[in-house]
Amino acid sequence: MADEGNKIDLNRRKFLLTATSVTGAIGVSAAGIPFVSSMLPSEKAKAAGAAVEVDIAGIKPGEIKTSEWRGQPVWILNRSDAMIKKLDNNKELADPDLNVVSQQPKYCKNKTRSIKSNLLVVVGICTHLGCAPAPKLLPKGDMGSEWEGGFFCPCHGSKFDLAGRVFKGSPAPTNLVVPPHKYIDDHTVLIGEDPEGVA
Amino acid sequence: MVKESNSTSNSLLGWIDERFPLSSFIKNHLTGYYAPKNFNFWYFFGALALFVFVMQILTGIFLTMHYKPSAAEAFASVEYIMRDVSFGWLIRYMHSTGSSLFFVVIYLHMFRGLMYGSYRRPRELLWLFGVFIFLLLMAEAFFGYLLPWGQMSYWGAQVIVNLFTSVPFIGPDLAEWVRGDYLVSDATLNRFFAFHVIALPLALAGLIFGHLIALHEVGSNNPDGIDIKDMKDKKTGIPMDGIPFHPYYTVKDLVGLSVFLIVFASIIFFAPEMGGYFLEANNFVPANPLVTPDHIAPVWYFTPFYSILRAVPPLFNSQFPGVAAMGLSVLIFFFVPWLDKSKVRSIRYKGALYKKWLSTFVISFIVLGYLGTVPSNVWGQFYNAIPIIGGKDVATIIARIFTVTYFLFFILMPIYSKKDITKSVPKRVRM
Amino acid sequence: MKNIIISFIIIFSSSLSYASESVKLDKAPIDLDDKISLQRGARNFVNYCLNCHSASYMRYNRLTDIGLTDELIENNLLFTSDKVGNPMEISMINSDAKKWFGAAPPNLSVTARSRGADWIYSYLRSFYRDPTRTMGWNNTVYKNSAMPHILWELQGEQHFNNVTNNLKLETPGTLSPEEYDQFVGDITNYMVFMSEPGQQKRRQIGYYVLAFLFLLLILTINLKKEYWKNIK
Repeated sequence: MADEGNKIDLNRRKFLLTATSVTGAIGVSAAGIPFVSSMLPSEKAKAAGAAVEVDIAGIKPGEIKTSEWRGQPVWILNRSDAMIKKLDNNKELADPDLNVVSQQPKYCKNKTRSIKSNLLVVVGICTHLGCAPAPKLLPKGDMGSEWEGGFFCPCHGSKFDLAGRVFKGSPAPTNLVVPPHKYIDDHTVLIGEDPEGVA
Repeated sequence: MVKESNSTSNSLLGWIDERFPLSSFIKNHLTGYYAPKNFNFWYFFGALALFVFVMQILTGIFLTMHYKPSAAEAFASVEYIMRDVSFGWLIRYMHSTGSSLFFVVIYLHMFRGLMYGSYRRPRELLWLFGVFIFLLLMAEAFFGYLLPWGQMSYWGAQVIVNLFTSVPFIGPDLAEWVRGDYLVSDATLNRFFAFHVIALPLALAGLIFGHLIALHEVGSNNPDGIDIKDMKDKKTGIPMDGIPFHPYYTVKDLVGLSVFLIVFASIIFFAPEMGGYFLEANNFVPANPLVTPDHIAPVWYFTPFYSILRAVPPLFNSQFPGVAAMGLSVLIFFFVPWLDKSKVRSIRYKGALYKKWLSTFVISFIVLGYLGTVPSNVWGQFYNAIPIIGGKDVATIIARIFTVTYFLFFILMPIYSKKDITKSVPKRVRM
Repeated sequence: MKNIIISFIIIFSSSLSYASESVKLDKAPIDLDDKISLQRGARNFVNYCLNCHSASYMRYNRLTDIGLTDELIENNLLFTSDKVGNPMEISMINSDAKKWFGAAPPNLSVTARSRGADWIYSYLRSFYRDPTRTMGWNNTVYKNSAMPHILWELQGEQHFNNVTNNLKLETPGTLSPEEYDQFVGDITNYMVFMSEPGQQKRRQIGYYVLAFLFLLLILTINLKKEYWKNIK
C-alpha cells in the first residue's frame, strides 16, 4: 500500500510520539495540581487556624493554662524555679538533646524548650497516637515514688517531663510539640506565629 | 499442589494475562478492533463524550468534598468553593462548563447517528443504549442544576417537579413524593444530591459500558453506511476498509481532543458564564421560595423540549398534553430504528426527500431551542417581546408550527424514507 | 458544518440583554487592573455599604489581591475585634433589618454577577426624592427600592421630572457630579472584583493553558498525519 514517497519514517514517528507523550504527561500532571491543592486547608480553615493571643498574666508559678490553637489544646505551664531545676535531674530521656528538629522551633531548642525559661508552651497531644496526656505536675502521688512531675498519657502510658520531653520506654517516639509562638508583651503570648526575624 | 509457573513469558504482562485477560482486552478493543477508515469530523464526538463523562466524574468527586447538600448551606458552600478552596473555582467551572459541553457533544453525536443511519440494523440496541444514556443525562443535569441552590436552580426544579402534578389522578401526590415536601426544600435538595452524585452516575457508567460493548460487537458504522465486514481480505480475514482503532484512531482522536480542550479552556478561563447560558445571572441570587424571579427559562440544553411544552395548548384546563408532548419528544428517539424504511443507511445515498426532512428537523430543533431560552413571565407562556421573531402570539404560532414539524420528522419517516429515491451504494468506502 | 456552529453561536449570543427591558443602564467604568480605583472602592464599600449589607463570602485578607497589605487592612478597614481572615460580616440581624427597611439588605458578595456592573452603577446614581416613600427616596432603576439614599450627602438631591422622565439635581451635594460618578464607579469596580476575586488570575492562567494546548494541537496534528499518510 505504501508509496515510495510516503515511506513510514520511523524516526519521525518516534520523535513525534515521544514529544506528544511528554507534552501530554506534562499537561496531565499540571492538570493534577488544582485537584491535589484543592484538598489543602482552605482559606476558611487558614483563617480559623490563625494565630491566637493568650493572656498569661494570671498563670502563677506551678500552674498550667490550656488554650486552643487549630483545634488542638495548647498548654502554657508556668514552671516554678524548683520545677526548672528538676529538669537537669531527668535521666532516661529518649531525646534529651532535642535532635528531632520537627518537635520544636529553633528558638526553643534549649534546656527548658522555651523562650522564657519558666514558660513552657506545648501542644497537649501525645506524639504516640494523638491522645491527650494528663498533666501530673507534682512529684510522686499516684504516679509512684520515682515521678518528678510531668505529663502522663492514659492511653498507652507515655511519660513526659516538665519540658515535654519523652522518657525512654514510652510508646511515644518523640517529645511533645512546641508550637511556634512569640511574646507580644509581658503578659500576652501569640501562639501560631514565630518571633520577628526567625523563620 | 500448587504448580510453579510454567508461563513462557516472565514479564509482568504475562503474569497478569494468566490471571486476567488484559492482552486480549487490549487486542479486542484497541489494536485488533477494526474501524472503517473513512471516519470524518462527526466521528470525534463519541470519544469526546466519554472524555467529558470522565471529567465530570472527576471534578464532581472533588466538588463533593466541599459542597454541602443542605438548603441552609448549599449556596454559601458553592461560593466557598469559588473563593476559599484552592483552585476550587477552576474545578467548579470545569464542572459547570463540562455539563453544557456534554450536551453539545451528545447532540452532535446524535445528529451524526441520524445522518449516517447508525441506528439501522444491526445497531438498534446500540442506538437504544444511546437514547437511554441521553435520557439519564438529562435527569443527571436536572438534578445537578438544583445543587447550587440559586434562584434559577430553585424555580427550575419547582417548575419541572410541578409538571408531575398534571399527570391525571396521581399527579399532585406524585409531585409531593418527588419533592418529599410541599414545596422544593431541604429534603428535595438532599435527595437530588443523592441522585446526582451516586445513583445516576452509576447507571450512566453501566449504560456507557453497554453502549461500547454493543458497538464493538456490531462494529462501527461510517459515513458511507457500508458494512466493512462484507469486504474482508481473504487471507487475513481483516476488513479491507478497516484499520486498527489503535494507533490510527487514537492519534486522530487526540487531535479532536486537543481542539475540544482549546474550546473548553477558552470558556473556562475567559467566559465561564458564557453570556448567561452556562451560568445564569439569577443563579447568583440564593434560592428564595417567596420570590419568583422575573423570568424563568431552563438551561439552554433543555430549551427545545421546554418550547414544545409551552407550544401545546392546555386541554380541558389541564397542562398534561404539553407535558406528554414534551416527554414524547424525547422518547420518540427510541423508535427511530424501526421508523426508517430507507434502502440505504447513510445520508450520502439517500435522496432529496430525506435531506429535506432532516434539515426541517434540525431547523425545528434550533428554533424551538432559541424560543425556549427566551424567558417567560408566566410559566407555559411566551414572552411579550421576543427579539427577531416578534410578539408572543407570533412566538406561540412559530413554536406550534415547529413542534408539529419536529414530530412529523419522526411520524412520517416510514413514508418518506420509503418513497425517497436513493442512490446506489458502492462496495467500498470513500475516503 | 462550520456554518452550523457559527450560526448556533450567533443565535445564542443575540438575546443577552433582557434583565433591563425598560430601563436604560449606563456603562460602568470597570477596570480591574486599576488597583487604585479598586482600593478606593474597597474603602468606600466598607465605609458606606458594609453598615447594612454584608458581603460574607468575601474575606478581608482577599483584599491583598488589589495591592493592600494585612497591616493596611487591619488598621484602616477592620473593627478592632476582627481578624484579617474574617469574612465581611455585619452585626445587623436580618429580621431586624426587615422590620426597619421592609426588606433585609441582601448580601452583596456576588451581586455584580447577578445584577451586572451597569445595573449597580446606574442604580446608585438614580435615587430621587419621593416623599410618598417611607424612607423618602425612590429609584428609577429599581422602582420602590427599600433602600434609602445612603450617599445623598455626597450626591445631593435629585428630583424626578414626570414630563421629561429625567432626573435633575436640585440641591448639590459635597461632591461634584463628576466626582460622584467616580465615587460610585469605584464602588462598582470593587463589587465586580469582589464577585469573583480570582478572575484576573483566572484569565492569566488561561493564556498559559491555551498556549500549551495549541502546542499540543500542533504535535497531535503532526502525529496523526505521520500515522495516516499511508491510509488511502
